[in-house]
Amino acid sequence: MSLSHAFFAIIRRDLLLALRKRSEIANPLLFFVLVITLFPLGIGARPQLLQAIAPGIIWVSALLAAMLSLDSLFRSDFDDGSLEQIVLSPHPTSVLVLAKIIAHWLVTGLPLLLMAPLLAVFLGMPQSAIGMLLLTLLLGTPVLSLIGAIGVALTVGLRRGGMLLSLLVLPLYVPVLIFAGNAVEMASNGLPVTAQINILMAILLMSLALAPWPTAAALKMSIS
Amino acid sequence: MFLIPDPVGRFFHRMASPPHFYALTEKLMPWLVVLFLLLLLPGLYGGLVLAPPDYQQGDSYRIIYIHVPSAWMSLFIYMVMATAGAIGLVWRIKLAEIVAISSASIGASFTFIALVTGSLWGKPMWGTWWVWDARLTSELILLFLYLGVIGLYGAIDDKRTASKAVAILALVGVVNIPIIHYSVEWWNTLHQGPTVTKMDKPSIHVSMLVPLLLMAAAFKLYYVIAMLQRARLELLQRERNAQWVKAMLEKRA
Repeated sequence: MSLSHAFFAIIRRDLLLALRKRSEIANPLLFFVLVITLFPLGIGARPQLLQAIAPGIIWVSALLAAMLSLDSLFRSDFDDGSLEQIVLSPHPTSVLVLAKIIAHWLVTGLPLLLMAPLLAVFLGMPQSAIGMLLLTLLLGTPVLSLIGAIGVALTVGLRRGGMLLSLLVLPLYVPVLIFAGNAVEMASNGLPVTAQINILMAILLMSLALAPWPTAAALKMSIS
Repeated sequence: MFLIPDPVGRFFHRMASPPHFYALTEKLMPWLVVLFLLLLLPGLYGGLVLAPPDYQQGDSYRIIYIHVPSAWMSLFIYMVMATAGAIGLVWRIKLAEIVAISSASIGASFTFIALVTGSLWGKPMWGTWWVWDARLTSELILLFLYLGVIGLYGAIDDKRTASKAVAILALVGVVNIPIIHYSVEWWNTLHQGPTVTKMDKPSIHVSMLVPLLLMAAAFKLYYVIAMLQRARLELLQRERNAQWVKAMLEKRA
């Protein structure tokens, strides 16, 4: 089996598994919606304030939803032993891991993107900023999956890795949050955001190129 | 290994052997402590007594003699930790792993001290304990990175595996170091720009600079002392079933 063959086989397998277990797609999405509805309830119905902090609310919720969905990335494969097969295969583990991350993003990151415009309208974000919100989510959520994969790979062998995972992963998410939140806020005030978008793209490309290696190394450590 | 001259290679080989490291650090320790005090006391005296008060800030600027060296140390220790972790990861040297994990909690303490002293100084000077500017935020993230390293090490039972995991995490976190270091130049922040490490000439008077550099050197030595102590303890715990530990205990008893 060639490398590209294996790559796409893993993506197809993971998508198929997710389709069979639809709760894995639905749960992070429901969480995302629920957290965002909590804010207006907690702050009170103050449209001005909500509109001002809408980019931050949506991005923080997306961050938390992405983090909660991370556990499904390697957990079932670790439990049933297919992770060992991936590591043992003749192909480089980092490439196969990248396939798993891409499949995971398609299942958990992409739905957030589709749901976000609705929630932005919920929070009264101006029309002009919604396009920018989608662009930052498109560039940012893959980074969340890529960086998160390192954290999951480090903790997948632990019995109670959940809390630890957030401690490891959230600090590394901060740059994405800063630049993405800032871009949306600038856009809703009608200011240029080329710099933020360029930096987000740079972060995406860097993590796309670099994150699979530590993930593969950490997986090898976790299953040994 | 043809790039490394033989005597250097031999030195590192010997240093990497636990019994030799244990014996050598025991002999070195008093000298390190004396040197530390020789730097610390003049540094403190020069900083707190001899250096003139600042024409704007009065005496409250003197907190820099703690704040600035600990902020430097927070970055320096992270780099040491990541480098030692990488060495441990590649060459599987037990001592490098131990140095990496022994550095983590000391680095976390220095980061914490830098944040606390900075906020104590910020209250009278900026009028606020805390601002969310780039330097402060990235230093706070550094603290979280240290805490993540410590937490991960504690969560994994097998200490050799834990060292591997910690090394990977520390290397990933290195991304944050240039962001902290250049944050005051890249962003227009409330925190002032660099005054000591400028290309032309430091924008700080020599009577204030000399104690600062003495304190910085003293902090470096303090780190070496504290790190070696922790490393010796960690070494004993890991090697408690080894022959050399038993032999040493019997000799002392």
